[in-house]
Parts: sequence; structure tokens; C-alpha cells
Amino acid sequence: MSSEKEPLFSAKNLKLITTPLGAQNPITIQVLGICSALAVTVKLEPAIVLSISVMFVTVFSNLIISLLRNTIPARIRIIVQLVVVASLVIIVDQVLKAFAYEVSLQLSVFVGLIITNCIIMGRLEAFALGNKPWPSVLDGIGNGAGYGFILIVVAFFRELLGTGFLTLPGLGAIQIVPDVFYQWGYANNGFMILPPMALVVVGIIIWVQRSRNKDLIES
Amino acid sequence: MDRQGNTYTFLYASVMVIVVAAILAFLAQSLKPMQDKNAAVAKKMDILKSVQIESTAANAEEKYNKYIGENAYVLDINGEKKPGLEAFTVDLAKEVKKGDDERAYPIYECKLDNGQTKYIIPVRGKGLWGPIWGYVSLDDDKNTVFGATFGHKGETPGLGAEITTDMFQKPFTGKKLFDENGQFASIEVVKKGQSQGDLHKVDGISGGTITSVGVGTMLEDCLSGYEKFLKN
Repeated sequence: MSSEKEPLFSAKNLKLITTPLGAQNPITIQVLGICSALAVTVKLEPAIVLSISVMFVTVFSNLIISLLRNTIPARIRIIVQLVVVASLVIIVDQVLKAFAYEVSLQLSVFVGLIITNCIIMGRLEAFALGNKPWPSVLDGIGNGAGYGFILIVVAFFRELLGTGFLTLPGLGAIQIVPDVFYQWGYANNGFMILPPMALVVVGIIIWVQRSRNKDLIES
Repeated sequence: MDRQGNTYTFLYASVMVIVVAAILAFLAQSLKPMQDKNAAVAKKMDILKSVQIESTAANAEEKYNKYIGENAYVLDINGEKKPGLEAFTVDLAKEVKKGDDERAYPIYECKLDNGQTKYIIPVRGKGLWGPIWGYVSLDDDKNTVFGATFGHKGETPGLGAEITTDMFQKPFTGKKLFDENGQFASIEVVKKGQSQGDLHKVDGISGGTITSVGVGTMLEDCLSGYEKFLKN
């Protein structure tokens, strides 16, 4: 270990959080975790809950694998990763069932499917196995947030344009589009709450992101 | 010890599995009471929904006690009350596997604000991927359906899972279980558009045929046992 300790939030460490939010976003750039991004973004509340759940799993699986990284036998490392991820997902599932039952019903299989979310295994293989615990935690926060950020943006537009409401955890459904709009002839776009529109919204986000950041455009 | 050797690998895997199992078992045990309570509240909300009483997790308990309370009992195949059983705790998943004669048939009596009595019958059957269940409420003629609500474990979203929507459930209202001759006819779930005017048919879901048919089979299977009770 070097005698000079790196500050906890050095520029290098902060980058671990910020790049997955933008230039290395797991959904819009790496196109990972698309499946759940399409499935749970009809309403804002489940999207927020799933984002928090995924973030919890990325952070703690990164931390645990990073702590264990020097002990894990190379030949069974994928199995070890899977056991850690699966256990964390079961914990999330059980806790949701105990404290947020209705949301857990809405999310149904998608909590269990966090196990197969490529972002998590991807970060374990690519980062946590070769880095110290603290950067791994930051990497987990970054990637969980990068994923959640897109999920929430997509859910925001889908629910707002599709129903005129936004459901927030603890607050229930709040009407955003005022009644006068409907009297003036505004109509909700029912297409927004159907699965194909999730794909289109993600596509629009990717388009906006690439047109703002020319580096992302492949030659 | 050699980190890549077989002994180490086996030891590592064994210890890991035992530790993980212990943690998860402990967690599941300690959260179970809360989960059971949530499930019971959700069940009460479902029961109330079948008689078109909307409730939330916060007031379901109170409304259940107000409208149903102790007016729930268990019948046998002859329509007689089975003593010593509580309707709410009967595990329908186990009951439907028994023979018709041994089955317990729970029923809830609900007194609405307008003085009407509704009978609520729980049903359970098989969908495409797993169990489906529901509650059917009858008017006090014990024949006309007042409302129905269904749930499922893991039917396909957008297809079979649509049985939980109003679009599928609303048409059950007004259907009849017995035909003009007083024979038990149940309610069949048929291809979309073919149910018009028929008192014993309801439209199914396009693309969710197996689940739709499963609902019909479930109704036939579970409601037929109440025949004697309903005819009285």
C-alpha cells in the first residue's frame, strides 16, 4: 500500500460515479438491462423501487465480491458471483414483500430477474474482481444510478403522457395534467403505456445523448 | 493452501453455501409475520373488491370487519356447515386437490350498506404458467353474479395477466350460474366476441386462451361444489 492515501472522493473515484451516468451509461450506451427498463416503466413508482433495488444489488455485490476477490477460486468465480447476486436479490424480494407489498406485486418477476440483469454480473467481472472495495462501491453506485436514472426518465414520460398522473412512493397517484387541459381538447396518449413506447422513449434518449456528445457516435 | 486446488475450491463452495443459506433462512423467518399480514390484507382487499367495495391496505381490515366480519363459514358438499373450520384460513390450494366430497367450501356473506346480502365464493385453478385464483360474488338469489375478481401468480403480462383487468372482470356481472331449468351451467370463458347475449358465457382474452379457459374450468370446478347450498 502506498503511504499517501488517496482521498475518498478523489477525481478518479468520482469519475466512477459520473461516467456510468453519461458516457458509459449501462442502458443507453452499453445497452444492458434493457428488458426490465422496458417492462417496469409504465408507472413511476415501480421504476423508482426497481432502480433502488438494482442499485442496492450493484453496490453490495460489488462490495462483497471485491472483499472476497483474493480468495475466490478462479474456476468457480462465476458461480460465486451468482450466489452473491442471487442472495442479495432474495433479500430485496423478501424485504419488499414485507414492507412494500403492493409494489412487490407490481414488480412481480422483475425483482427476481435482477439476478439476470447483465449490468450486475458485468460490473462484477469487469470491475469488482480487480479493484479495491471502495472504488467498487462507487462503481456500483454509479452503474446502479445510471440504470435507475434512465428508468425513471422513461417512466416519467410514459406515465405523464400516457395517463396524466405520476405515482410517487408514499404519495400515490398525483394528477399532473390539469383538468382544464382535457377540456381544451388535450388527450392522454394511451400508446405510451404499451411496451413498444418504452423502446421508442429509450431510443429518443439515446438519440438526444448522442447528438449532444459527438464522441459517442461510431465512425 | 493452494487457491486453485480442488480441496480449496470444494471447501470454499461449501462454506459459502452454508453461510448464505443461514443468512437467508434467518431473514425469511424474521420477515415472515409481516409478509403473512400483508398477504392477509391483500386477500381481504380482493374479497371486498368482488362485491365492488374499493379498499386500501390501510382500511381493508376495518371494511372487512364491517361488511363481512364473522359472517364467513365453511360448507361441505351437501351445503351443510362444517364446524371447526374458519373460512378465511382455508387453504384453497390444498382443497382443490381433494375429492369433491372431502373438500371444504368456504363462503363469505357480505351485508352491503343498502341492506343487500351478497355471497362471496373463493375459486382457485390453473392458468398457463401457474395458479390463478379469484372471488365470485352472487346476489341473494344465489344465482346471478354480482362481481368477480381474479388474480394470478405469473401469467404473461398483456395476455393471460389481463384477467386481473376490469375489461375481463366486468362482463361477469349479471351472468347466471344456473340455467332456466335450474341445472348448474357455470360460466364459460369463450373466444372474444362469441359471448354476446349468453348468460353463461364471457369473452376471453385474445392471445391468452389457456389462461381464459383456465378461468372457465376453475369456475366450473370450484362453484359446482356449492350447488346444493346455492339451490336452497
